[in-house]
Amino acid sequence: MNDKNMKKNSQPLSLHVPEPAGRPGDAPDFGHLVLDAAGAVERPEVGAKPYEMRDLAFGLIRVLDDAGEAVGPWNPRLDPETLRRGLKAMILTRAFDDRMHRAHRQGKTSFYMKCTGEEAIAVAQGMLLSREDMGFPTYRQQGLLIARGYPLVDMMNQIYSNAADPIKGRQLPIMYSAKDHGFFTISGNLGTQVPQAVGWAMASAYKGDDKIAISWIGDGATAEGDFHNALTFASVYRAPVILNVVNNQWAISSFMGIAGGLETTFASKAIGYGLPALRVDGNDFLAVWAATQWAEERARSNQGATVIELFTYRGAPHSTSDDPSRYRPGDEHDKWPLGDPIERLRQHLVLIGEWDDDRHAEALKAAVEQVRAAGKEAEAIGTLGQSRPSVKTMFEEVYATEDWRLVEQRREVGV
Amino acid sequence: MVDQNAAPASEATGAGIQPMNMIQALNSAIDVKMAEDPDVLSFGEDAGYFGGVFRVTDKLQQKHGLTRSFDAPISECGIVAAAIGMGAYGLRPVVEIQFADYIYPAYDQIVSEAAKMRYRSGGQFTSPITIRSPYGGGIFGGQTHSQSPESLFTHIAGLKVVIPSNPYDAKGLLTAAIEDDDPVVFFEPKRLYNGPFDGWHEKPVSPWKTQDLAQVPTGKYVEPIGKARVMREGNDVTILAYGTMVWVALAGAEHAGVDAEVIDLRSLVPLDIETIEASVKKTGRCVIVHEAPKTSGFGGELSALVQERCFYHLEAPVARVTGWDTPYPHAFEWEYFPGPQRVADALKSVMTGGR
Ligand SMILES: Cc1ncc(C[n+]2csc(CCOP(=O)(O)OP(=O)(O)O)c2C)c(N)n1
Repeated sequence: MNDKNMKKNSQPLSLHVPEPAGRPGDAPDFGHLVLDAAGAVERPEVGAKPYEMRDLAFGLIRVLDDAGEAVGPWNPRLDPETLRRGLKAMILTRAFDDRMHRAHRQGKTSFYMKCTGEEAIAVAQGMLLSREDMGFPTYRQQGLLIARGYPLVDMMNQIYSNAADPIKGRQLPIMYSAKDHGFFTISGNLGTQVPQAVGWAMASAYKGDDKIAISWIGDGATAEGDFHNALTFASVYRAPVILNVVNNQWAISSFMGIAGGLETTFASKAIGYGLPALRVDGNDFLAVWAATQWAEERARSNQGATVIELFTYRGAPHSTSDDPSRYRPGDEHDKWPLGDPIERLRQHLVLIGEWDDDRHAEALKAAVEQVRAAGKEAEAIGTLGQSRPSVKTMFEEVYATEDWRLVEQRREVGV
Repeated sequence: MVDQNAAPASEATGAGIQPMNMIQALNSAIDVKMAEDPDVLSFGEDAGYFGGVFRVTDKLQQKHGLTRSFDAPISECGIVAAAIGMGAYGLRPVVEIQFADYIYPAYDQIVSEAAKMRYRSGGQFTSPITIRSPYGGGIFGGQTHSQSPESLFTHIAGLKVVIPSNPYDAKGLLTAAIEDDDPVVFFEPKRLYNGPFDGWHEKPVSPWKTQDLAQVPTGKYVEPIGKARVMREGNDVTILAYGTMVWVALAGAEHAGVDAEVIDLRSLVPLDIETIEASVKKTGRCVIVHEAPKTSGFGGELSALVQERCFYHLEAPVARVTGWDTPYPHAFEWEYFPGPQRVADALKSVMTGGR
């Protein structure tokens, strides 16, 4: 056994399992975060080579400073009307979430997921891109539909699986599909949409079209192979696509370190694939807008894909089935150093004299009223179990044309 | 009665018996094995600190340490592949796939790697891993939280497929799976986690604690893989079922008022063919119940086996009660889920149809 090829470790190895900074009962600790000051990060030319801009994968693009002033090279200089539209869409998204979360507690639906604290992301990106471009969302981009004026009542009909549900009672609540709003059908299987977005973008390039694609994935789901497949294809074929990673710190009870977020940033995953990466304050409407605009220009000028890490915090429970107080410090969200996206945009608008407390109160009231009106309309059609499409639809659209088995099975049900 | 959220006792030797629900029984199986064997470890998405979304691995990290029960990245392929590597080293990993609907990203690793490891290496490497996953519908989980993919694994040589239907079997069979030298795909009927469910969704169901099969030893015991359990003896027709459908079959038999013998298969591979054959030869009729879609479901295999072995004893064609050949639809959950009424209809038709 004294083979030269058999080396003995002189020291016993030990298995490393990462742990978050705080658990229930601990004080929140964000010491590990690397946060650049607003305005501190350079803005490269849209055509910059990915290897020239690697620092951006480790910095943090921020526009709004603590006082609410827009500073630095990434300031997109939006007009007040656009800012107000963005603020109102974020307020409406939060009001919608609150009502639907309550509806779940009242037994009106089986499931709901809020995007509290992440509203700036889908709202800014949804406003910026055309609805001709295809969005490949995961389940926290309801703000995209809301910012684009998709009828709230249709969203609720889907959530209630009622007779007017646009997808006919088949899908889990919140798993919307809205093709004409640039909103791809949501899958419950994490990560699958990202390489599909790349494929859609490749098709647009192949056809000589001018549309681009945009996708979103959570920090946790970046561990899926699909994410890495997407980066390879996006890089190889220089696909006109924007690949967002929404790093909201938590994947149900697992902190972002379990997905590899302690060793490096999620943005930096792009580097090994030769893709440009931007790391962005996801609670800063202006920064999200500016970074997306940069990536959009790059895609539209046929220079390929960009990976954007949107750095944020999931304020609400993962879903209605989750209780975050069992795995993270209770007040972690309140202590989040990048604040609340709605409050920050509000502060900015007030600072530039384009908003005030009265208008804010009015906007809150209007949002609640709009949601309530849609709620009444949807509930008049029915909530889960009270109303639904014909059972016949269960057997339809499995295939494009009828299949004898399904015809027989439908008859067995008697519909 | 034990508090549903309380962790079961960790004594590997205790002679006590406690009423447990399925979650507690499964937890106890892993807990007892971890206490007994340092090579047993458990990981999966949210499975460490929090104990899994269904709490099956609750408190195992606190009891056995961070490196023995931990959270895994959201990468089912990575989870299973890592388990295969650990198994090849000599450990006995028990991994959790959060929902069976998410086992597909790991399919290649399970099917091409774990299943074939011993065979292709001439016995040099093995894959003594256990892949646990909650499966099945009845919880309004929509398409991606309700599927029953068992037949996709029974088709693969080299895999064992085990599905318990009650707390006692859950603990005994999971213990056997962990000790098994082959890869075991262990599906847990999540509709049964907190109580038996007989498919009458409008009616209240009694809790597990009132059932004999919920009286679970706190210490170690093994239920051998490959033995069916006769849940109800009868003379007129044999019902073959597993998982949640065992309880639906019992309710269906009662509803139909038929003297049915109900067999809980407990393990699809290996299959207890003797028990099936003896029962069908006795009754002369067979109804198969499963939740998965009909086409290429495990019922097709069972039906062929019964036909091959019992043809001259059959007095009616074998009947199948199954899910439909559609994705699992959210709003039509109870039309999709094969309930006791459909079982009763099938029983009546085989009782009258054959002669
Ligand atoms: C393939 C797959 N595996 C597991 C799940 C179960 N699951 C649903 S959401 C989730 C956590 C996702 O976390 P993250 O990607 O960070 O997104 P977030 O919920 O934080 O927005 C898990 C594990 C799933 N839906 N799909």
